[in-house]
Amino acid sequence: MNDTLLWYATRGAGVVSLVLLTAVVVLGIVSVMRWQTASWPRFLTTGFHRNLALTTLIFLTIHVVTAVVDPFTALGWEAAIVPFSSPYRRFWLGLGVVGIYLLLAIVLTSLLRPLFGPRAWRMVHWLAYAMWPVALIHSIGTGTDPRFAWMLAIEAVCVGTVIAAVTWRLRRIEPTAWRQLPPTIPPVKKWS
Amino acid sequence: MGETIEVDRIRCDGHGLCAELLPERINLDDWGFPIVKRGPMPDHLVEVARRAVDTCPVLALRLARSA
Amino acid sequence: MELIGPVTESLATHRQRLGPVPALASDELIAELESSRLLGRGGAGFPVGRKWRTVAERSSGRAVVLANGAEGEPLSRKDRSLMAARPHLVIDGALLATRAVGADDIIFYVGAEHQAADAAMRHALAERQDIRGRAQIVRAPAGYVSGEESAAVHFVNAGDARPTTTPPRPFDRGVGGRPTLVQNVESLALAALIARRGHEWYQDRGRWSGTGLITVSGAVNHAGVQEIDFGVTLGDVASAAGGLRGDAQAVLLGGYFGGWADVDEQWGLPLEPRSMRSRGLGFGCGVVHFLAAESCGVEATSRILTYLGSQSARQCGPCVFGLSAIAAATQRLAARSPQADDLDRILRWGGQLAGRGACHHPDGAAGLLRSGLELFADDFAQHQRRRCLTVSRPERVAVA
Repeated sequence: MNDTLLWYATRGAGVVSLVLLTAVVVLGIVSVMRWQTASWPRFLTTGFHRNLALTTLIFLTIHVVTAVVDPFTALGWEAAIVPFSSPYRRFWLGLGVVGIYLLLAIVLTSLLRPLFGPRAWRMVHWLAYAMWPVALIHSIGTGTDPRFAWMLAIEAVCVGTVIAAVTWRLRRIEPTAWRQLPPTIPPVKKWS
Repeated sequence: MGETIEVDRIRCDGHGLCAELLPERINLDDWGFPIVKRGPMPDHLVEVARRAVDTCPVLALRLARSA
Repeated sequence: MELIGPVTESLATHRQRLGPVPALASDELIAELESSRLLGRGGAGFPVGRKWRTVAERSSGRAVVLANGAEGEPLSRKDRSLMAARPHLVIDGALLATRAVGADDIIFYVGAEHQAADAAMRHALAERQDIRGRAQIVRAPAGYVSGEESAAVHFVNAGDARPTTTPPRPFDRGVGGRPTLVQNVESLALAALIARRGHEWYQDRGRWSGTGLITVSGAVNHAGVQEIDFGVTLGDVASAAGGLRGDAQAVLLGGYFGGWADVDEQWGLPLEPRSMRSRGLGFGCGVVHFLAAESCGVEATSRILTYLGSQSARQCGPCVFGLSAIAAATQRLAARSPQADDLDRILRWGGQLAGRGACHHPDGAAGLLRSGLELFADDFAQHQRRRCLTVSRPERVAVA
């Protein structure tokens, strides 16, 4: 197999994964904010959120496998499974492994949600806010020089959309605030 | 012997995705909470109902046999 | 007076009057209750014998009996009166229940604000040998829904007196995950009497069978708890309460989850669960509340709905939003400053409440609203036009 092809496959699949993960995170926020229009019902948001996440797994598989079997990188399987065990760019690569484990946890608990229950599912899902920055930093840290303008542009767009979405998310009033009991239930005078 | 949709009213947060997917059986009230049509479901809707059950973000729906 | 009285009956007097707790076998006892056709007194009116049988079938000897004396209904005082006057009868009933359903634990769920009842029950439990160590008193938090059966179980299990999603019902999995019989204290007291005297004592009373407690309040001279033979009329009850104070336009039957009825029309109504049900009325927990002629039916209905809204456990959207919207709209109507479509909206919202909460709280509110809209239809229509019929009662002429 052409070594350069493997190298391009690794990097290409990596970039695609980052873009997809960005879309997944943004769609997750759009879903929780209950945003919809007449022509974009909410099940489209949740449907894309789910399907793009699963698609990401495919691209990540390509990314990892091509990286490991590429003779140029001299990475063994151990580097892909045990975080921070590769001598090549130990920290940045290790982050990538951590990121995949976080993503796998999120995907598994989501696919098997009836098993885990809503509370466990929710807690693990919040790891998404750790997973995405880890993926981004891994991408920046393992990027080879020179840094191409298009790569920087993609990263900028990803960062920009996530920051915008998170800012939007922070501003919302908790839509389930109605569950909180009022501070004091005013004693209604018994009438007769 | 048909199927019906049952709502766990405590879990339901009023997301309303169920009504999007199954408007033939589920409508939303003024505050976004589901009103489920009574009676057994026509068979051709059961598959869509299953999707609606899966899509609920808080797993508040389930399909049950009606008596 | 079997069930109420001016003083707390001691164990000695109780035993002297009624003898010891009968030693009936489980199926004998359940059969007696089924033959008696005793209906539960907590408000739902479910057949007691069938309930005991259901728990007995699921019990492997470790079931729990929860004697429900929470009495969260503001207009009802009968349960606390019963516990204060005849605690040993209630305890007998609970004991018999443990034998019938195969339970080894009893919880007496007594309202936190009901001091006399609590004191009487504590003293009575201390007096007895036959219940040592197997019974405890749990104080029910104040609030309308804390007496709901799943709420009671939830409070005992987790200190949270909010209803839970059913299934599982308490008879399947209740206190500590064990099959639990949740039974109103008056039902237990009557079971204790039926066990001693047989179902015939309860059944054979002429046209109507049964006896029980009601709470009379409102436009009467002597409000209070009455012990009645079923079949006495509304008029009899009013007389026993010292007669009406002035004129009464309506009577609330059952409780806040019951409904309004016209006093003149129902003056001869026999107070008896089954016949009331056949007339579309509910005996409920025995509340009989007369609304004075000078009161406004719209305002009274609005106050009850506001109270019910405030008592929502706030777990289910339709209840939280539906009840508060209905309460706000009826308040505006009562104050004669409604919005243009308030009456239409409460009709629509009221129709959407039933069956859409985890418990029956919204159903009760919907029923109360419906009966108010029916009985006070003219009043509501006038209020939508910013007028009130009551102003010039007793002529009952609308004021321009």
